[in-house]
Amino acid sequence: MTTRLQGTHLELAYDRRIVSEDLSIAIPDGSFTVIVGPNACGKSTALRALARMLKPRQGSVLLDGQAISSRPAKEVARKLGLLPQSSVVPDGITVRDLVGRGRFPHQGLLRQWSASDESAVQLALESAHVEELADRFVDELSGGQRQRVWLAMVLAQETELLLLDEPTTYLDISHQVEVLDLCADLHEHHGRTLVAVLHDLNQAARYATHLIAMKDGRIVAEGNPADIVDAALIQEVYGLECLVIPDPLTGTPLVVPHARRTR
Amino acid sequence: MSTPSITATPGVAAGRAIPRVAVVWTGLIVLSLVVAVLSIGTGEYPIAPVDVIRTLLGEGTQANAFIVETLRLPRVVCALLVGGALGLAGAVFQTLTRNPLGSPDVIGFTWGAAAFAVLQIAVLGGGAFAVSGSAIVGGVVTALAVYGLALGGTGVHNGARMILIGIGVSSLLAAVTTFIVARADLGAAQAARIWLTGSLNGRGWEFAVPLLVSLAILIPALVLLSRSLRMLELGDDAATGLGVRIPLVRPLLILVAVAMSGVATAAAGPIPFVALAAPQLARRLTRATGPGLIAAGLMGALLLSASDLLAQRLLPSTGLPVGVMTGALGGAYLIWLLHHEWRHQR
Repeated sequence: MTTRLQGTHLELAYDRRIVSEDLSIAIPDGSFTVIVGPNACGKSTALRALARMLKPRQGSVLLDGQAISSRPAKEVARKLGLLPQSSVVPDGITVRDLVGRGRFPHQGLLRQWSASDESAVQLALESAHVEELADRFVDELSGGQRQRVWLAMVLAQETELLLLDEPTTYLDISHQVEVLDLCADLHEHHGRTLVAVLHDLNQAARYATHLIAMKDGRIVAEGNPADIVDAALIQEVYGLECLVIPDPLTGTPLVVPHARRTR
Repeated sequence: MSTPSITATPGVAAGRAIPRVAVVWTGLIVLSLVVAVLSIGTGEYPIAPVDVIRTLLGEGTQANAFIVETLRLPRVVCALLVGGALGLAGAVFQTLTRNPLGSPDVIGFTWGAAAFAVLQIAVLGGGAFAVSGSAIVGGVVTALAVYGLALGGTGVHNGARMILIGIGVSSLLAAVTTFIVARADLGAAQAARIWLTGSLNGRGWEFAVPLLVSLAILIPALVLLSRSLRMLELGDDAATGLGVRIPLVRPLLILVAVAMSGVATAAAGPIPFVALAAPQLARRLTRATGPGLIAAGLMGALLLSASDLLAQRLLPSTGLPVGVMTGALGGAYLIWLLHHEWRHQR
């Protein structure tokens, strides 16, 4: 397995609260990696460290073999894109303008807007299926449309690696599927490596080519979902009794929790 | 605001010509020049606008040349530069705090400058330059304190916290200032009170030149930082993802904006509301997204020079300080803004 992005022996902490003591995590190239785990297991923290949003106290994050913190910020941003959990939509911004901001790492004082920026934005709008929204104001879009617009902004960055921090949170189920289908599309047809933090185990098992299950700041299991997801793993990670059956549509593992009460 | 898709795109991203913004810029420049000419013509010895222009071009009478170039031009230059600096500083802070109240006069830097300046006037008895220097030092010290307290050991920047702490620090400094003025002897107290209102009366080249020099350094610095500022609008996480070095860029932006409001305050005293109102008014005119630095600066220059002209025209003999005028206009504007936004939200 080759990997362009990995963290070795990371100690991750907010202020005095230590989230991970010794976390090593590698993202297989060309994979759609999904990180799952119970609340506060450190999955978003791990992603933030990989995205250089959180500085590890110990250990280092390597991108193409070099410490990510030692490289110029814009150079990193041309290789690694990030869809954060919370972003601010500036007042009265149009979709095209917002997506255009994704070109920042490719521009400089002397290299302002160019034809390649224009075509990258156009391609990003098309890839994220928001082309017909291009001239609309972002604040009048639905949650699902908005998330696709943010994805388009990250796509305009033209990075081979994409990190997505809970891209489906706050979306209803049809918009969740819409966003995840788009991610799968980006992975399959555009050859990008994706890393996403997801809450829904069944969605994770369905879309991931590489699943990382975390608990208490460490990795419990990782690999192809079909190989690692079983009742024992769910018991260990979530403390939940369940039945794991093949998803009737995709054949991927489907977690059916035991309820304490049945009707 | 929410007109559907057919409206013209603000084509910053698309790299097309931006007619509306350009029209606003041009309009503001033209209006500022008109105000400047009228202002130079105003005073105990009125000069017709034609003669003002002729004199500025070096073709006027000797008497006019003295009045224009030595007495009145520096005041107008001060008004334009101070207003421009306040407009820019306001736009930077409003973008950084993501809040229309995030201007240097609300956050407390202006009061910091005022407290130090009054201390210099009333207690130490320094001259005009000592007062200016004290004002700049006071602004920077207050900015450091507010920024440090707002980070509060968490290392997390929060615009709303910065504003609230700034308001607290402001009232503390206002109390200190009042105390100093109350304890000072009559003459010093009078001088301090005039300074505190914010005035352009009697500002000659000795005020205009330092302003020109400092802005000649600060404005290019702001230009270098402006693209990162635009990205900071999207939130810290998104900006970091796009390659903005926030730990470096944000303190630098604060430093430049504080220095701008500092030199402005040093030259004219704590002029209220220009920094608050100029970026908001400019944004409503341009309808563009982004910090809108250029429009905010031009709007600030126009607001202050127009206020100064009005102050001189309305009550010619009193030397009404321009701060009274911007205070009155700004207060009315703020009420309108709040009223408008509340109605808009419902």
